[in-house]
Amino acid sequence: MRHFSSSFAHSYGQDMALLRTRTQWLLLVVFLAFIFTVPRWASNSFLTLATVIGITIVSAQGLNILTGNCGLVSMGHSAFMMVGGYAMAILTSQLGLPFVLAVPVAGLVAGVVGTIFGLPSLRIKGFYLIMATVAAYFIIHWLVLQFRQLTGGTEGMALPPADLFGWSIRSRENYFYVVIVTAIIATLVAKNILRTRIGRAFVAIRDNDLAAEAMGVNLFRYKLQAFFLGNIFAGVAGALSVQYYAFANVEQFPFFDSVWLLGMLIVGGMGSVSGVIYGVIAIKLLQQLAVKIGPSLAEIVNPQAAVGLSLILPSIAIILFLIFAPRGISHLWERVRNYYQLWPY
Amino acid sequence: MTFFAQLFITGLALGMMYALIAIGFVIIFKCSRAFNIASGQIVMIGGYLGYTFLIPLGLPVWLAIVVSAAIGAVMGLVIERLAVRPLLGKPALALVMMTIALAGALDGVAILGWGGIYETYHEVLPEITLTFGAVSIPPSSLLGLLVSVVIVAALLFLFRFTKIGLAMRATAEDEPVTRGLGIKATFVYAIVWVIACVVGVLAGILLGGVSGVSPPLAEIGLKALAVVILGGLDSIGGAILAGVILGILENLAAGYLDPMMPSGGGLANVFPFIVMLVVLVFRPHGLFGLKRIERV
Repeated sequence: MRHFSSSFAHSYGQDMALLRTRTQWLLLVVFLAFIFTVPRWASNSFLTLATVIGITIVSAQGLNILTGNCGLVSMGHSAFMMVGGYAMAILTSQLGLPFVLAVPVAGLVAGVVGTIFGLPSLRIKGFYLIMATVAAYFIIHWLVLQFRQLTGGTEGMALPPADLFGWSIRSRENYFYVVIVTAIIATLVAKNILRTRIGRAFVAIRDNDLAAEAMGVNLFRYKLQAFFLGNIFAGVAGALSVQYYAFANVEQFPFFDSVWLLGMLIVGGMGSVSGVIYGVIAIKLLQQLAVKIGPSLAEIVNPQAAVGLSLILPSIAIILFLIFAPRGISHLWERVRNYYQLWPY
Repeated sequence: MTFFAQLFITGLALGMMYALIAIGFVIIFKCSRAFNIASGQIVMIGGYLGYTFLIPLGLPVWLAIVVSAAIGAVMGLVIERLAVRPLLGKPALALVMMTIALAGALDGVAILGWGGIYETYHEVLPEITLTFGAVSIPPSSLLGLLVSVVIVAALLFLFRFTKIGLAMRATAEDEPVTRGLGIKATFVYAIVWVIACVVGVLAGILLGGVSGVSPPLAEIGLKALAVVILGGLDSIGGAILAGVILGILENLAAGYLDPMMPSGGGLANVFPFIVMLVVLVFRPHGLFGLKRIERV
C-alpha cells in the first residue's frame, strides 16, 4: 500500500491501522450505514441478492487466502461449501445443535475435509493441483449422493428453523443481518490472517515456492494450513447458504460455482481482501443483469436466454479483465486514488 | 464371460472417444504449453452443430460434417486470436483461467443458441451391428471406434509426415529456437487450436449421434482431463492408451461394482476422477509424460 504525506504514520499502531485517513472512516461509515439499512427499504429480490452476495463474500474470502495469497488454485471450492452445508444440516436436524454452534463446527468439518484433499498439494502444483481439486468436487458430490441414510441422497434434507440466543432469524430481514455480520467478521479475519506470519508465508509460497522453502518456510505445513483456513470459510458459507434456504441439496452447490468464485477473484484482484468484495458484487450484479434482461431476449432467441446470458456475461467480464486489467478492480481503484491524491502532479 | 466381453467392447469404444477429446488437449499443451479446460464445451458445441445441420437443415451426413468442421476451424481461430494470444508470455495460470472463462462463455452460447435442450439424431447414423458369438457391438460403439481410429491415424500422419507437423513438433520441443529458424510460432499456435477445435467438433458430432447432446455433455471434457493426466500431459500415444484404459475400467467398474454400492452407484461418473486423484498423488507426470524434476 502506498502512503502519501497526508497520511504519515507517527507510531507503530498508526502504521498498522487498517483505516488510516478520515476519508476511509467516512466511506466505511457510509457503506455500513447503507448495508445495515438495506432491509428497511429494499425490495424482496434485492434483499435476496444482498444476502447471496454476503454469503458469497464469506466463501470468496476463503478462496482468496488459498488461491489469491497462497497460489494454490482450487476448482473444488463449491464442494467444500457442500461439505459445510451438509455438516450444518446434519448437525442441526439430527443432533439438534443450535445455530451459533453448528456454523463454526460446519466450518471446521469443511476445513478438515479440505485439508485431506489438500494433501496431494505437497507433490503437485499448478495445473495438476487444479485437476486434483476438480476430482475432489466430483468425488465429494458422489459421496454425498451415496450416503443416503446420512444426507438424504438426491432428495436432500430439510433444516429446522434457526434461533440466535432466542432471537428468531427465520425472516429474511433478520437472516440478512446474520449474513452481513458474518461477512464482515470473515473479511476482518481474512485481512488479519494475511497480515500475520502465516499470511506472509503464504505470499512467499505463491511468489516462489522453492525460494520460500529455501528461506525456511515449511511448505507442507503452510500449504495444508492454507487449505484448512480457506476451506473453513467455504464451510461457513455453505452452512449459511443451506440455513437460508432451510434445505440442503447437491444442486445448491454446482461445479460452476467454483469457477465463478475464481472469476470473482480475478475481477476483484487476486490476493486483495477488498478486491474480493468488489469482485463478488461485480459478478453477482452481472448475473442479476442477465436475469433482468433475459426475459426480453427470450422472445427473440429462446426461453432459456436468461440462463445462457448469465453464463456469457460474467465469462466475458473475466476474459476482458484477464486481458486488459489482470490485477482487477482493486488495482484500478488504487490507480484512480493515486491519481486524485497526486493531482495536479 | 459374455458380460465381461460386452463391457470390455463398449468400454473400448468409450475409451476411444475419451482419447479423441484428450488428443485435442494434448496437442494444444504440447505445442503452446496452454491447458485447455474448455475442450468439453467445444465437444458439446460440435454436437449441437451436427444436430443443426443434420435435422433442421437436413444436410447429407458428409456435408454436415464438413460444414461443422469448418465452423470448428473458425471457432479455433477466433479463440486463439482473441483470447489466447493476448496472454502469451503471461503466467500459465492466467491461461488456465482464460480457458475456464471460455468454458463458461461456450456453455452460455450453447444455451443461448440451442436452448440447452436435449437433442439427438441417432436415426441419421448408419446401422451396422457386428456380432462375435454372444458379444454384439452396438452400432454406436462401432461407429465411434471406427471414426476415432481414422481421426487418430490422420493426426499421427499429420504430425509425422507433413511440414506443418514438423513445425508443430519443433515448437513443442523448443519454441525460441524454432522462432530463430524462421518458423512462425504464432502460426503454429493458431493451427494447433484449429486442429484441436476441429477434432473436438468431430468428437461432438459422433457423441451427439451416440448419446444425444445437451449442456451436461461438456462434463466429458473434464473426464478427458483425467485421461490426459493418466497418459501424461504431452504424450499423444499416452492419451490414446490412457483413454482406452479409463474407458474400459470405467465400464467394468460400473458393471461389477455399482450393484455393491449402497445407493445405486453411478460409479461411472466418478471413476475417472478417482483414478485421476490416485495418479496425481503417486505419479503426477502420468504414464508417458515428461517428468519435471525440481529439488530444493
